[in-house]
Amino acid sequence: MMTTDALTIDTPATEEFEHPDPIANQAFGFWLYIMSDLVLFGAIFATYIVLGHNYAGGPTGKDLFHLPYTFGETMLLLFSSATYGLAMLAMQEEKKNLLLTWLFVTFLLGIGFIGMEINEFHHMILDGNGPERSGFLSAFFTLVGTHGTHVTFGLIWMVFMMAQTVIKGLTSPVQSRLIRLSIFWHFLDIVWVGVFTIVYLMGVL
Amino acid sequence: MFGKLSLSAVPYHDMIVMSAVYGSLLLTLLILGLITYYRKWTYLWKDWLTSVDHKRIGIMYIILSLVMLLRGLSDAIMMRSQQALAAGASHGYLHPDHFNQVFSAHGTIMIVFVAMPFLVGLMNIVIPPQIGARDVAFPYLNSVSLWLTVAGAFLVMVSLGVGEFSKAGWSGYAPLTELKYSPGVGVDYWIWSFQIAGIGSLMTSINFLVTIFKMRAPGMTLMRMPIFIWTSLCTLVLMVLAFPVLTVALAMLTLDRYLGMHFFTNTLGGNMMMYVNLFWIWGHPEVYIVVLPAFGIFSEVVATFSRKPLFGYTSMVFATMAIMVLSFVVWLHHFFTMGASPDVNIFFGITTMIIAIPTGVKIFNWLFTVYRGRVRFTSPMLWTLGFITTFSIGGMGGVLLASPPADYVLHDSLFLIAHFHTMLISGSLFGYFAGYSYWFPKAIGFTLNEKWGKPAFWCWLIGFYFAFAPLYILGFMGMPRRMYHYSNLAWHPYLVVAAGGLALILIGVLCQMIQLVVSIKQRQDTRDLTGDPWDGRTLEWAMSSPPAVYNFAAIPTVYDIDAFTDMKEKGMAYQKPDRYHDIHMPKNTGDGFINGILVFLFGFAMVWHIWWLAVLCALAMLFLLIARASDDDTEYTIPAAEVEEIENLRYRQLASAAEINRLAGGRGEPGILPQV
Repeated sequence: MMTTDALTIDTPATEEFEHPDPIANQAFGFWLYIMSDLVLFGAIFATYIVLGHNYAGGPTGKDLFHLPYTFGETMLLLFSSATYGLAMLAMQEEKKNLLLTWLFVTFLLGIGFIGMEINEFHHMILDGNGPERSGFLSAFFTLVGTHGTHVTFGLIWMVFMMAQTVIKGLTSPVQSRLIRLSIFWHFLDIVWVGVFTIVYLMGVL
Repeated sequence: MFGKLSLSAVPYHDMIVMSAVYGSLLLTLLILGLITYYRKWTYLWKDWLTSVDHKRIGIMYIILSLVMLLRGLSDAIMMRSQQALAAGASHGYLHPDHFNQVFSAHGTIMIVFVAMPFLVGLMNIVIPPQIGARDVAFPYLNSVSLWLTVAGAFLVMVSLGVGEFSKAGWSGYAPLTELKYSPGVGVDYWIWSFQIAGIGSLMTSINFLVTIFKMRAPGMTLMRMPIFIWTSLCTLVLMVLAFPVLTVALAMLTLDRYLGMHFFTNTLGGNMMMYVNLFWIWGHPEVYIVVLPAFGIFSEVVATFSRKPLFGYTSMVFATMAIMVLSFVVWLHHFFTMGASPDVNIFFGITTMIIAIPTGVKIFNWLFTVYRGRVRFTSPMLWTLGFITTFSIGGMGGVLLASPPADYVLHDSLFLIAHFHTMLISGSLFGYFAGYSYWFPKAIGFTLNEKWGKPAFWCWLIGFYFAFAPLYILGFMGMPRRMYHYSNLAWHPYLVVAAGGLALILIGVLCQMIQLVVSIKQRQDTRDLTGDPWDGRTLEWAMSSPPAVYNFAAIPTVYDIDAFTDMKEKGMAYQKPDRYHDIHMPKNTGDGFINGILVFLFGFAMVWHIWWLAVLCALAMLFLLIARASDDDTEYTIPAAEVEEIENLRYRQLASAAEINRLAGGRGEPGILPQV
C-alpha cells in the first residue's frame, strides 16, 4: 500500500515494486492450495456418495456409527477451532505466552479428536469391518481417513510452530506461518462439518 | 529386505528391451564422463541443479521434455513398424506384452513428461519477464516442482530395465489395472510416476497463479496482459482445479492395489466407471492445459511476425476464458459408450460442440492478424500457419465425434487416435516448437539456424499428414486402436503409408537435432546483442539475451497491451534509469534436488514394496520440509554498483549492435535496433 509519506517524498513508481510483499503472496498462495484441497475432498465426497450404499452384504452405517461418540469428536474439533481463534487474538496483541497456551489447548483438543477417530477405526477393523469389507467401507475409511491425515499434519505443524514461537519469537515469518496454519485448521473444521453431515448423520438417520 | 525386487526383475532375455537399456546406460555414462572430463561438476551443481532462477529451471524443464520426446518417439516407431509388419501370417517383431507396454508408455510419456514439462518450461522462461517481474512468487517451490517432475520421469525410465511398465494404456482403466488383472509392478510404476509428476504440476500452478496475480509491473492491468499470460492464467486455473481429482483417482487405485479396498473392483461394491469419470474429470481439462498455452504462443508469434497488434485482443481473452469453463463440462464425451441415458450423452455432446465456437473465434483472430500484415516467414511463423490449417481439420473431426451416435461407431477406433493426434501434435507440439524457436534467443542468447529449422517444419507437417490421414480412413474401415496384430489385410497398405509418414517425421526430428548443433557452433555470428531479435511486442524483449539474473534493473511501467512496442514507438525503450538500487534475489539451494531424489526413491520403494525404504524417505522428506521452513534467511542482495556494472555492459552491447547495423547500411529490420 502506498502511504502518504510515499506520496510526498517523490518516490519513483517502481520503488514499491522493488519488494513484492512475500507475506501477502504466501497467504494468497495458501488460499489457492486450500481451494485445490477442497477439490480433492470434493472428489472423495463424490466417490463416497456413489459408493455409500454398496454394502456388499456387509454392515451399513446404521450398524456401525454411534452418533453420540461422533458428536463428541465433532465438539472437540469445533472447540479447537475456537481456541485457535483465541491464539490468533493473542498473537495480534503480541502476548507470546498466552498464544502458546492457546496453541497448546488447541493441540490437546486436536489430539483428542484424532485419538477418538483412531479408536473408532480400530474397533471397526477388529470387528472385521475394515476398508476391504465393501465399497462403502473403502470410501468411508478413505474420506474420514484423509481428513484425519490432514488433522495429523496440522498437529505436527502446530508442534513445530510452538517450537518456532519459543525459539524465534513473534517475527513476521513466524506470524505469517501461524496465520496460514489458522486457515488450514479452520478449513479442516469446515470439511469435518461436511463429513459429519454426509457420512454420519445421513448414514444413521 | 528388498520387497518384491530381485535380480530376475531385469528382462535379460528380451533383446529389444535390453538394447534400449544398454543404449540409455551408455548414453548416461557418456554424458557423466564428458561432465567429468570437462570438470563441469561444480558448475552443474552450483549453477543448475541447485538453481532457483526461473530461467534456468525453465531450460531444465525443456531439456527434460526433449529427452522424453525422443523416448516417446521411439515408442511410436515401434508401434508403427509393428503394425506395418504384423498383418495376416506375420506377427511382427514385438511380443504382445511388450507392445502393450509400448503404447501405455508412449501415451503417459507424451502427455505427462513431454507436453507438461515443455509448457511449464516455457511458462517459466516467459511469464515473469512478460509481466515485468524479477522471479516467480515462490522460487524454491519452483525448484521442488521441477525435481518432482524429473523424479517421475526417472521412474518411467527405470521401469524399462527393472521390472516392466503398465500394459493397461496411458489412461489405466480399472478393473484392468486392479491387482487381479495386472499383478505385476507395471501399473505401480505408472501410478507413482504419474502421481509424483501430478503433484509437481499442482505446485507449479499455485506458484504461477500467485506470480501472475500479485507480481505484475505497475500499469499492467488484467486487460493489458500479453495473450500468453492470459492463456497461461487459464491453464493454471485448470491445473489447480483438475489435478487434485487425478490425485484422488490414482490414490484410490493405489488403495485398491495396496490395501485391498474396493473402489474400482468389480466385486464387493466397487464401481469401475467411477474411475473413468474421475480420470476424465482431470483428463479433459488436461487436454486444454496442454493446448491453451500453445494458443498463447501462436498469438504472440502471429502478431510479432505479421508486424501488427493481435486482432481482437478482448475476444481472444473471452474465448480463452470460455474454453476454460467449458472444458470442465465435457468429460463424459470420452466414454459415451458407458451407457448413460441419452439425456446425459446429449448434454455432453452439445457442450462439446459448443467448445468449437470460442476455438473458431481464435482461428479467425489469428487469420485476421495475418491478413494485410507484413508477414515474415520465419520458422515460428511456419509452425503457426501449419497449426492453423491442421487444427481446423482436426477440430471438424472433433465435432463429428461429439455426436454420441457417431461416437458409438468410432469409439476406440483409429479414427479417434487420428483425431486426438491431430489436435495434440498441431495444437500443442507445433506450438511448443514455435515457442522454442521464438524464445530460444531470449533464453540462450543466440538465434537458431533457420536453414535447418524450415526443413524440420516441412518434414514434420507433411510427415504428420502421411502418418495420420490413413488412420482416419482405417477408423472408418473399423480398425480398433492398440492392436499388436491383425488379420484384415485390407488395412495393411494404409499402415505402411502411416509408417512412411513417421519416417518423414523422424527426418524432421533429425533436422531439429542438426539445427541445435549447427546453431551452437555458429553462435558467435548469431549472437542476439539487442535482446530483441524479432522486433518483439512484449516486455521480455526489453531485457538482454540471456537476461541478467534479476531480469529488470528497474521495473518498467506499462501503458499499453503491447508494452514494449508502445515503449519503442514513444522512444522510451532502453532508457537508463537515474540510479540503480540494491536488488534482493533468492539464494540457490540444493533442497529441491535432494527432495527429488528422495521422492524418486520413495516411489521406487513403493513400487517394489520395500517398506522400510519408503518410510525412511518419507521421514527424510518431512525433515527436509521442516528444516527448510525454519530457514528465514533465503535471500541475498545484489548491490547497486554491481547492477550498474552489468547494465553498463548491456548498453555497450546495444551500442555495438547499432554500430553493426549502421555499417550494414541500415539494412537491418526497421525498428529492431535501438537508437543509442
